Amino acid sequence: MGTVPNKSAAAGKAAQQGWVYLPLIAGWLVPGAGHFLLRKWGRGTLLAVSIIAMYALGLGMQGKLYTGAQDILELLGLVGDLCNGLMFFVGRMMNWGANPVQVTTADYGTKFIEVAGLLNVIAAVDAHNLRTGRKS
Amino acid sequence: MLRPSHLTAVLLFALFASTVFGITQRETPRQMVRYGIYCFVLFAGSAIVLSWVMFLIAR
Repeated sequence: MGTVPNKSAAAGKAAQQGWVYLPLIAGWLVPGAGHFLLRKWGRGTLLAVSIIAMYALGLGMQGKLYTGAQDILELLGLVGDLCNGLMFFVGRMMNWGANPVQVTTADYGTKFIEVAGLLNVIAAVDAHNLRTGRKS
Repeated sequence: MLRPSHLTAVLLFALFASTVFGITQRETPRQMVRYGIYCFVLFAGSAIVLSWVMFLIAR
């Protein structure tokens, strides 16, 4: 009878162990991974699906993955892309994305990729807040 | 290559951004759903309203 609360308490305790910044870094590298580490399976899955789908749609629309920065706008774009974590590096290695942007949907795609990165950072910070107890 | 219409792109953007906002900005599942729907309506609604405003200005 009393095993269920004990089990969930033990799971909660296990989630609170380890380095405090691990969910933040894991969440940045792989969307949703920070929440998975904290055993927030539902939230993690929804975040991962949303962010990965947005990144994939951006690439599907021939969005641009920034390689360097010649001006301030490109620098901001590169920062947004870097926020995608491993997805950005895999995309660069596989030479995904289009350069230069030639059609309207490609411009949308570039924005989808950048916003996916920014949403990924929000999700990673949320995982960090869950880990520190700032959020439940 | 994917070539969604402007409206489809707006709705997809609103859906994914609202999902992340809902989960990260609220505490309980009920609040998350409500805030997610609120954000989706604001994203999609503001795009549609601004589109009509620009259409009327351009006439």
